[in-house]
Amino acid sequence: MSTRIDTRFAELKKQGRAAFVTYVMAGDPDPATSLEVVKALSKSGADVIELGIPFTDPMADGPSIQAAGLRALKNGMTLKKTLDLVHGFRKDDNFTPLVLMGYYNPIYIYGVDKFLADAKTAGVDGLIIVDLPPEEDDELCIPALKAGLNFIRLATPTTDDKRLPAVLANTSGFVYYVSIAGITGAAAADANAVGQAVARIKRHTKLPICVGFGIRTPEAARAIAEKADGSVVGTALVDALKNSLDAEGRATAKTVNAVAELTAALAQGVRAAKQAAE
Amino acid sequence: MNVAKPNSYRSGPDERGHFGIFGGRFVAETLMPLILDLEKAYTAAKADPAFQAEMNGYLKNYVGRPSPLYFAERLTEHLGGAKIYLKREELNHTGSHKVNNVLGQIMLARRMGKKRIIAETGAGQHGVATATLCARFGLECIVYMGAVDVERQQPNVIRMEMLGATVVPVQSGTRTLKDAMNEALRDWVTNVHNTFYCIGTVAGPHPYPTLVRDFQSIIGNETKVQMQEVEGRLPDSLVACIGGGSNAMGLFHPFLDDSTVEIFGVEAAGHGLTQLHAASIAGGRPGVLHGNRTYLLMDADGQIQDAHSISAGLDYPGIGPEHSWLHEIGRVNYLSATDDEALAAFQLLSKLEGIIPALEPAHAIAKVMELAPKRPKDHLMVVNLSGRGDKDVPQVGDILKGKTK
Repeated sequence: MSTRIDTRFAELKKQGRAAFVTYVMAGDPDPATSLEVVKALSKSGADVIELGIPFTDPMADGPSIQAAGLRALKNGMTLKKTLDLVHGFRKDDNFTPLVLMGYYNPIYIYGVDKFLADAKTAGVDGLIIVDLPPEEDDELCIPALKAGLNFIRLATPTTDDKRLPAVLANTSGFVYYVSIAGITGAAAADANAVGQAVARIKRHTKLPICVGFGIRTPEAARAIAEKADGSVVGTALVDALKNSLDAEGRATAKTVNAVAELTAALAQGVRAAKQAAE
Repeated sequence: MNVAKPNSYRSGPDERGHFGIFGGRFVAETLMPLILDLEKAYTAAKADPAFQAEMNGYLKNYVGRPSPLYFAERLTEHLGGAKIYLKREELNHTGSHKVNNVLGQIMLARRMGKKRIIAETGAGQHGVATATLCARFGLECIVYMGAVDVERQQPNVIRMEMLGATVVPVQSGTRTLKDAMNEALRDWVTNVHNTFYCIGTVAGPHPYPTLVRDFQSIIGNETKVQMQEVEGRLPDSLVACIGGGSNAMGLFHPFLDDSTVEIFGVEAAGHGLTQLHAASIAGGRPGVLHGNRTYLLMDADGQIQDAHSISAGLDYPGIGPEHSWLHEIGRVNYLSATDDEALAAFQLLSKLEGIIPALEPAHAIAKVMELAPKRPKDHLMVVNLSGRGDKDVPQVGDILKGKTK
C-alpha cells in the first residue's frame, strides 16, 4: 500500500534532493482564504503540506500557532470543514501529499472510524497527532494504518535509543524529528546537532526523516535540508499570513501572496541544499 | 449505566494508567520519557520505608497533621438532621489540603535530582503550597496562573511572591486554570532536563492521578481512624467539592470498598447548569485533554469550552479520570452547587461555626445543607473542609457589598 507521501519521497530520492514540508493552520483566517493559501503552497514549491487542525488547547504549540487556531475557530472552522478544505484542494492537485496535524480530542469526538473514512475520501494521506505517543497506539494509529493512512510519529531529543524502536514501530510515511525540546516557533535548531540526531534515527529506520521546529529562513531550511530528508517550516508561514491581515484579523488582498512568496523563497533554500551523503 | 461492578473500587488504575476507559497517557513524545521516569521513581519511593518515614515526619511537624475531625454542633442543630463532622484540612500549614500532595511530589523531585519546580494554580492554594515547600527545600519555583485568577486571588499571589516563587500570569485562551496548565506543559516540554512538574490535582497523564490520590489519601485514612475513636464506627456519608477532585479523592478513596458509606462529590454549577458553569460530569462528556481521557466541557467539534465558577479553584472544564470512572460505575454520586448556593454556605458556616471556609468547600457545605436535613440524627456525615477562606475575603466582601447596596 503506497500513499502520495511514499510516492513523493521516492521521486525526491531520484532527484537527489530533500523535501520542503510546509505547515499552515486550516481555516486561518477563514475557510475560503485558507483554501487559496493551501493551493498556493503547492504551486510555490511545497513538496508536502501539513494542515493544522484547529484546537482550543494546543499544548505543544507556541503563541503564533495558538493564535492561528483561535482565528480559525472564531471564524467557524471545524474538523468537518477542515476535511472539506482538503477535498477542495484535491480538485486541483491530486499529487501533493497532505498530512493533517493536530491534537486527538476533535478526532475522538468526531468518531475515529468515521473520521478515518471521511479523511481518506477527502484525500488526506497521513496524520500527525501530537498527543498520541506509541503507548496510545490502539486509539488511532493502528486504525489509521488499517484505513490506509500514514501515521507519522514525532521523535524528539528526549527519545533515546532504547525508546526509538517503540516510537518507530508503527510509524509510516516519514519520521518527523522535533529538533528542539520545546514548543513550535521557539528556539532555533542547531544544524550540527540535528545531523547527529538524524544519523542516530537512520540507524533504526529506512523511512525518510524530516526535521521541524525552529526553522524560519531559507538559509536555515537549506542547512537542515543538507542534514535530513526534509525541512519543515510552520510558524514562519503562519506569521507571514498573520502579518498580512487587517486590524480586525481579516484576510486582505495581500494574504495569499504573502504566504506564496515566503514559500517560494524557502523552497529555493531547500533546493539549493547539497544532497546529504547516504 | 450498565457497567459490571468490580471486586474492588480501589484497585485502579491498570498498568497503562486506565480507570475503565478513563485516564491514559496522552502527551507529546518529548514528555513521554519523563512521565515514564516519574512512574519508576514513584514506584521505588513507595517501596522505600525511609521515604515514608521522612514524609511522615514533615506531615506531623511541618504540615501539622493529623488535621482534626470536628463535630459541627451548631451547623448540625441548624440543619436538624445528620450529625455533621468537618475534616479540618483548612488548618494545615498553607491553609488547604494541597500541601499533602505537594510535600510528596517535592520529596520525589529531590530523589530524582530535579532542582526546578513548575506548577499550575487556579485559586492559588496549590501554588502557595508549592512555593512553600520550594522555599523549605531551596528549590526554584515557577507558578503559572491564569491572568483572570491573578486578579481575583491577589492575596495568594502576594504570598507566593513572598515565598520566593515567580508567578507567571497566563494571557492565552480563557486566562484561567486550564490555560495555566497548558502553559506549564509548554514550560515542561521546553525545560525537560532539570524540571519537575508538580501537578496540583488528580488529573494529567498517568501516573499523576494515582500519585496525587495516594498522597491525598491521608485525609480519608485519618478520617476513618478518628471516626472510629469518637463514634466507634464508619461514617454514613462523605461530601467533598470537586474541581479536578484531589481533596475529594483523598477523602473518598479509603472508603470506596465500604459499601455502607454514601459518597457525594460536588461540582461547581456556576450561574446554573443551563448557563456558564464548571460541572464536567453534569454537563460534559468523555474527551481527551491535558494527558488524560475524562469528562470535559466541550462543543460539538471537541473544542474545550470556558468553565465558570465563582471559585477559581473549581473553574476547570475537566475532572480527574478516576472520578469519571466512579461516576460511570455508580459508586460516587456527583452533584453540583451554584455560585449563589456556595456564597450562602460560605456565610452560614462563618456565622454558625466561626470558620470561614474557602469558596471551594463552600460548594460542599451548600450540598450538606440539602442532604443533612433529609437524614436521621444518628447519620454521620463527614465534609471535607479543604481550605480556609482568607484568600476569598476581599472577593466575597466586594460581592456582598454589591448585593446589599
